[in-house]
Amino acid sequence: MIRLTVNGVMKQYDGDPAMPLLWYLRDLLELTGTKFGCGAGLCGACTVHLDGKAIRSCQTAMSGAAGKRVTTIEGLSVGGDHPLQNSWRTVNVPQCGYCQSGQIMQAAALLAEKPKPTDREIEGAMQGNICRCGTYERIRQAIKLVAGVKA
Amino acid sequence: MKSKTVSLVRRRDFLGGVFSAGALVLCARVVDSAAAAAATNEGATWQPSVYLGLEPDGRVIIVAHRSEMGTGIRTALPMVVADELDADWKRVTIQQAIGDKKYGDQNTDGSESIRRFYEPMRVAGATARTMLEGAAAAKWSVPAAECQAKNHEVIHAKTNRRVGYGDLVPLAAKQLVPAKESLRFKSPAEYRYVGKNVPITDIDGIVTGRAGFGMDARVPGMVYASIERPPVFGGKLKTCDDSEARKVTGVSQIVTVPPFKPPHGFQPVGGVAVIANNTWAAMEGRKKLKVSWETGNNAGYDSAAYKKVLQETARQASKVSRNEGDVDAAFRNAAKVHEAEYYVPHLAHASMEPPVAVAEFKDGKVTAWAPTQNPQAVQDTVAQAVGIKPQDVTCHVTLLGGGFGRKSKPDYVAEAAILSKQVNRPVKVVWSREDDIRFDFYHAVAAMYLKAATDQKGRPTAWLQRSVFPPIGSIGDVSARYGTFELQMGWIDFPYDVANFRAECGPAEAKVRIGWLRSVANIPHAFGVQSFIDELAAAAGRDRVEYLLDILGKARQIDLRPPAGRNGPDPYVFDVGRLRRVLEIAAERSGWAKKKPGNGRALGIAIHRSFFSYAASVVEVEVADGKVRIPRVDMVLDAGKVIHPERVRAQLEGAAVFGTSLALMGEITAANGQIAQANFHNYPVARMTEAPVETHVHIVPSDAPPAGVGEPGVPPIAPAICNAIFAATGKRIRELPVKRQLA
Repeated sequence: MIRLTVNGVMKQYDGDPAMPLLWYLRDLLELTGTKFGCGAGLCGACTVHLDGKAIRSCQTAMSGAAGKRVTTIEGLSVGGDHPLQNSWRTVNVPQCGYCQSGQIMQAAALLAEKPKPTDREIEGAMQGNICRCGTYERIRQAIKLVAGVKA
Repeated sequence: MKSKTVSLVRRRDFLGGVFSAGALVLCARVVDSAAAAAATNEGATWQPSVYLGLEPDGRVIIVAHRSEMGTGIRTALPMVVADELDADWKRVTIQQAIGDKKYGDQNTDGSESIRRFYEPMRVAGATARTMLEGAAAAKWSVPAAECQAKNHEVIHAKTNRRVGYGDLVPLAAKQLVPAKESLRFKSPAEYRYVGKNVPITDIDGIVTGRAGFGMDARVPGMVYASIERPPVFGGKLKTCDDSEARKVTGVSQIVTVPPFKPPHGFQPVGGVAVIANNTWAAMEGRKKLKVSWETGNNAGYDSAAYKKVLQETARQASKVSRNEGDVDAAFRNAAKVHEAEYYVPHLAHASMEPPVAVAEFKDGKVTAWAPTQNPQAVQDTVAQAVGIKPQDVTCHVTLLGGGFGRKSKPDYVAEAAILSKQVNRPVKVVWSREDDIRFDFYHAVAAMYLKAATDQKGRPTAWLQRSVFPPIGSIGDVSARYGTFELQMGWIDFPYDVANFRAECGPAEAKVRIGWLRSVANIPHAFGVQSFIDELAAAAGRDRVEYLLDILGKARQIDLRPPAGRNGPDPYVFDVGRLRRVLEIAAERSGWAKKKPGNGRALGIAIHRSFFSYAASVVEVEVADGKVRIPRVDMVLDAGKVIHPERVRAQLEGAAVFGTSLALMGEITAANGQIAQANFHNYPVARMTEAPVETHVHIVPSDAPPAGVGEPGVPPIAPAICNAIFAATGKRIRELPVKRQLA
């Protein structure tokens, strides 16, 4: 039996401990904000927080989440008003929107650690998150808007 | 009623009960020439294309019948309706349409949603507004001309009376439908939404993770499927040992998807499906299958050898697509002749959401939920796949996690329906990224040969260009070897002022499924033509902007329609003046004249007209250690009238990134008939540091009819990048992707 908290709620899981956290969240808990993009840790669409750190849920087995706190896009803020969610609205970041949960979760982990990141730090943190629509420039802007650094 | 462009209908169960019984429902009808011809042939009535409902409680419901894949169309077209209706946007509900011919064309591709539906949408809005004003006039017994609709109310200024739209619904429904000719449309100064920055409909759902993509669709009792497909196109299942797969926890069944019957169309390629109670179990079970295949006709497909065949074909005289003057005589007498060959490989779409669909086969009918660009093609393809009628297929359209043309082809929805029929439950088919890359409808590889004779000033006096690529038509006709509509994409629509011109197309046999990808054949054609022009200008030692303007010649209109089709003026005539203008603006905005190459840094320029829009791109590159960085892109677009400028800017920013991906790193290859790439490690797309750092967009203000936006920004990017690389390093890139060529 694996115990973990997901968005503040205690959960128990008794299935295959090798199942990636991604599919547990999506198929079992119906938390579909976390996306499947590549299944190989190459695109970042499945990014969630594990004890506050951004991780790829497609590469994290349930056994690795045991006893830990998982936060998904649905749990990032109560009212959908995390500063990054707001800045994403202000800058009109999304196009198709599919990768944006992962982008926001990645950016939130970055700002939690480095509230005023440099350009290089933003790139370093966001390089693993692909956006095929090409919203990178706006992602950068939206992060800087929250960080209060010059865009 | 048939002669009216908009008819009033009162029905309870439009869209399965979206509207209440008391709703005033306007059914705007539109017909294009093709549909009109079809209607005449079949004796059918006109095809309605858009629905607008007003509820007695004041809610306005606008049906989005085109698919949302990131362009903002689910916002932009409803804005047009709401504006002419003078509705309060906060009281507008947008309802996604199911697939149904009554909406007219729903295939969201070709950058044509605004182009085709701007007019019907504003007619729908203006008609409703006129009827509401008429209803208020009747209510107050005053002339209709004294009643004015404004922000969800009709106002009688003289007596200072006002009434909400909802309260007018019963009366408005009794009004006669005004003739289209009598409608008054708003002047641009009166626009409430058009031309403004309206947040996209789905923004809250997207940033909170609650937006519903195809990947998120779920219905009760649903099972999950992962399909092992024949690795060579046209291959068939020989043997399958599924004993180990069945042992995987959660796996319930192993089911066969039959091979397609040529021609392929949009059919599934066949394979073996593992059915399970969650996605991961299905994928794990699939890994345990022991499958062997009959590889079929394409087992020998090797993309390196195939490339040589295409290039050799491009060197031979081929089918003439357009011919002006006498190219051969001009070459014989020329002082100087230039030749160059260009090559663009197959490309995969790689939308962030891989193909995915849910389908339920029940009582001889199918209900599907899918991220599709073309729900009517879903109806046709699914119906054919499971042996029912298209009208017995209901296709719900989810949000699309990207499309780029891939999701116009509903093979993945047909797979779900085929499986559901076999397992008697709703089935969700989830493609892995590897499936997506290896079983795409690929953007066609193209080899081009260009030859020009030039005068003393380096100006071309004769121009020959030959394009060789497997045609998209090959998916519908196995004998197809020559491009058709692809040649209207930057090949025969050649605007340069060259007296002797010939465009040709050589034959190529498709070895994989060919499909359209964002801007289609404009990608290779703009790359070939714009690179060659840069080479000619370089040979003449001339400034690129000055050279382009010179060879474009004076502002004039080129009617590209065949003489038999020239009945009346063409609203989308090729206007060379507009192309000159975007070029001039791009040069000005990018600081072209001031920025001189140095330290591995330089500008490159390219222009291209596609989807009736005129685009110019200036790209600044910085080349160091064999790597290309793009600090800045300037994009100028003249797309005629623009509805949502902010989303147009977003599309052009995205086009710059999409164009960067295909220019620098996009390449699909094959060996032994199998696609060599599988995931983002070997089919890379631009990430944050590879994408242009800044993209500056300038939209040319225009009252011309609306033209395309989603695609026209893509074609000029690759040649502009490669022209910049030449300016920076002296290295001419004639084959995409750039990849390791600078190392």
